[in-house]
Amino acid sequence: MKSMEASRLTDEAELKRFIDNLLHASPAEQTEVMVTEWDSALTRFANNGIHQNVAERDVSVRVRVVKDGKTGVASINQMNDKAATDVLKRAIAIADLQPKGELVPMPGPAKSQPVEAWSDATAAATPEERADFVEAICAKARRAGLKAFGAFSTGAEQLAVANSHGVFHHHRSTEATINSVVMGEAGSGYADRGAIDVRDLDRNDLANEVIDKAQRNQNAQPVEPGVYEVVLEEYAVAEMLEFMSFIGFSALAAQEERSFMRVGEQITGENIDIWDDGLDPTGVPMSFDFEGVPKQRVELIKGGVASGLVYDMQTAGRAGRQSTGHGLPAPNTDGPFAVNLFMRPGTVAKDQLASDIKRGIWVTRFWYVRVVQPKASIITGMTREGTFLIENGRITRPVKDLRFTQSILEALNGTDAISRSTKLQVSEYLGASRVPAVRLKAFTFTS
Amino acid sequence: MKDLAEAALNAAQVKGAGYADVRLDDRVQQDITVKNGQLAAVSDDASEGVGVRVLVDGAWGFAGSARLEKEEVQDVVDRAIRIARASARARSTPVDLGPPVTSRGHYRTPIERDPFSVPLSEKVDLLVRADEAMGSVKGVTVREGSMEFIRHKKVFASTEGAFTEQELYESGAGIEATATSPDDVQNRSYPNSFGRHQGGGGYEYITAMQLDRHGQRVGEEAVALLTAPQCPSGVKTLILDASQTALQIHESCGHPTELDRVFGMEAAYAGTSFMTPEKLNHLQYGSPTVTITADAMTPTGLGTFGWDDEGVPAQRSFLIKEGLFIGYLTSRETASVLGQQSNGTMRADGWNRIPLIRMTNVNLQPGDSSLERMIAETKDGIYMETNRSWSIDDKRLNFQFGTQLAYEIVNGKRGRMLKNATYAGITPEFWNSCDAVAGKSEWRVWGLANCGKGQPPQVAHVAHGAAPARFQNVKVGILK
Repeated sequence: MKSMEASRLTDEAELKRFIDNLLHASPAEQTEVMVTEWDSALTRFANNGIHQNVAERDVSVRVRVVKDGKTGVASINQMNDKAATDVLKRAIAIADLQPKGELVPMPGPAKSQPVEAWSDATAAATPEERADFVEAICAKARRAGLKAFGAFSTGAEQLAVANSHGVFHHHRSTEATINSVVMGEAGSGYADRGAIDVRDLDRNDLANEVIDKAQRNQNAQPVEPGVYEVVLEEYAVAEMLEFMSFIGFSALAAQEERSFMRVGEQITGENIDIWDDGLDPTGVPMSFDFEGVPKQRVELIKGGVASGLVYDMQTAGRAGRQSTGHGLPAPNTDGPFAVNLFMRPGTVAKDQLASDIKRGIWVTRFWYVRVVQPKASIITGMTREGTFLIENGRITRPVKDLRFTQSILEALNGTDAISRSTKLQVSEYLGASRVPAVRLKAFTFTS
Repeated sequence: MKDLAEAALNAAQVKGAGYADVRLDDRVQQDITVKNGQLAAVSDDASEGVGVRVLVDGAWGFAGSARLEKEEVQDVVDRAIRIARASARARSTPVDLGPPVTSRGHYRTPIERDPFSVPLSEKVDLLVRADEAMGSVKGVTVREGSMEFIRHKKVFASTEGAFTEQELYESGAGIEATATSPDDVQNRSYPNSFGRHQGGGGYEYITAMQLDRHGQRVGEEAVALLTAPQCPSGVKTLILDASQTALQIHESCGHPTELDRVFGMEAAYAGTSFMTPEKLNHLQYGSPTVTITADAMTPTGLGTFGWDDEGVPAQRSFLIKEGLFIGYLTSRETASVLGQQSNGTMRADGWNRIPLIRMTNVNLQPGDSSLERMIAETKDGIYMETNRSWSIDDKRLNFQFGTQLAYEIVNGKRGRMLKNATYAGITPEFWNSCDAVAGKSEWRVWGLANCGKGQPPQVAHVAHGAAPARFQNVKVGILK
């Protein structure tokens, strides 16, 4: 197949021809084809040197058919005529062999708003460029008598979703991310960045942040667990939002009565606004979901009130409304997912968030967060790589990492201040969040 | 396949690789989900490709592609070589793999019934019967059951002369009932949580679970939990069922004994380890009751194979012997740093990933007690069963786990059912407080098919042999 030179992705016209042929060849009443293709590379470093360095090119062709009221799904990671015949045959065979189940409807055609998520520079990034970027961080760490660890990735991807009702959506995107831990003899720091365009990643800015954090986080001493006022940096806030999405923002979680969202009720402080917007160019935009439905902006929490949920075709059908464009590949039992989250910034400079705190804790980021009680939005996890004691409005010393067990809604209910700056936080799994740092009245550390 | 592998190795050597290996993978996977009485999803996924790993000037490069064509494989080799040369620009110490590995042979998971030959209707029928059993209980709001089957054909070849072929099978299944009230959600699952119980085997592994016979109990327990009292807070004797003991082993012994973590190779992601080399042969990790092995030959284990993804033969080694920390999980590269040879734990989760040190079957050896005896000997304790949440710090010291179900133990007898049970501890303190492990008759191999590690992320399927175990003076009932 013809491909674009830098990133080796199949060109759109060729991709469309492949999908059209597959749809045309299907004997099923309804057929959906989803193609994801990616070309990515990642350079990993430890102890001030590259220790792992990888690249991959892969494709997934996923076919969903509905035949005699029964659904079959098959996928293959090849994109040629033989693979198309094979994957279609297997999807039909599954549909033929099974009893009737619940049908997830396929959407009809609808125009999606174009979004730009592509950078030629990212798609063309070379191993030498990644190595030089990494070496710049390692060299700075070395000069400071520290050791740098981390990973720098660049990649290009395209997604096409089409069905026999006439839907065809195509989206291509690039992503560059760098994360780094810098360690001294007795402590470490952390920083990460993510962008569509690799040129937006500033190696000096990242290195300065992580080295400064590591230098300040040496010889941490324990502090008594308990309830503290806290400042959460954007890393921690983004993770908290991601968990809210995971356990509460989905219509399926609400329909199955496991969500903390009580739509129409005040669930957090009035200064909290959270929404999902796949079209916002300041996030990592994508104009349609994995079912081929254009994305809509959804107000999730507005003025502290639970305002809305995200829907896919199945949950929308059950609720008698339209999908909001948050579907994962159907059918699935996970439900819709909000993956373009935003939290409204406030008016305070980030470095002033601690200024009114008499005795509190500054948290850089969380680690190994898990749900304890979903309906009460209680999560547990550890702090990591930069936990500090705040005394009389100033950070005074590093403290040993703490375990927290805390209701997210209760924490946000006591939001005292929100930074005016925000940070784009690319998710480890899917999508990204743009969030501020926050000061919270009460946060429970349990050990 | 052999031709492609040889062509890749030849090309790598010609282009300057001091060492190269090639892995050709062909994997098929079937997933079936029944939810609330309906067949919710059936999918059949296939993935194949080639991955080439090269060492040039002591630095690693790796590239992979889904296209198994000769020209593409040549391109993959070129890409791997270029990446390795780029690595050398910012390399710290040259990689030393130690003695060559020249394994040759064929391995196939022993199976009685090929899961891919079992009719779909038979699988769906079993899940539907289990679903109906859960649905017969008033108050169950969501029922879900699933199965997963994997056949993974792997070819490994290296410039040192190794050439191995493997055909690995996995079968897994599980059911879960959810009950809700306006302010609570409770789940019960069987045989394990988080989707499935999975093992190396054929469909006989599924049949043995008898999912349909457990549906009603699972439903009843989920509903009963809604009105059960909260697990009290305090310091008590803790007894874990075998599946929770398995997860405890995974998080607090399996991960910290991975030698790549110890050397900082995972520091920026999964973290490091408190089990640093100066503690080897010195740290009293647990009580004398605690002996833990890494055994890639355990029947039905998800970490059972013929050779790892560096061609090192499957083997059994001690990590903890009568409480003393005496061994790591190693690769060729990390073992050579300690002057050792790899104990064969390197696995990749596909052709497009490099192998990393992964747990094989990390097993707590059976003791001489029993669950019944442990309870009878306990005056004031909590029995906890089936994991619900798990969290541990980046050095694998400070952990907190929650289970789906618990019972109070008062004066040697099992008392009231308790909900939202949690416990927390510090790894060596916890394992040193272990004073009893149940015997062989209660020892079972538990598969974990969701072990994450590495960048880009990889998911490994690993297992843990475990039996119920008892721990003294444990902090329980941690809630805000």
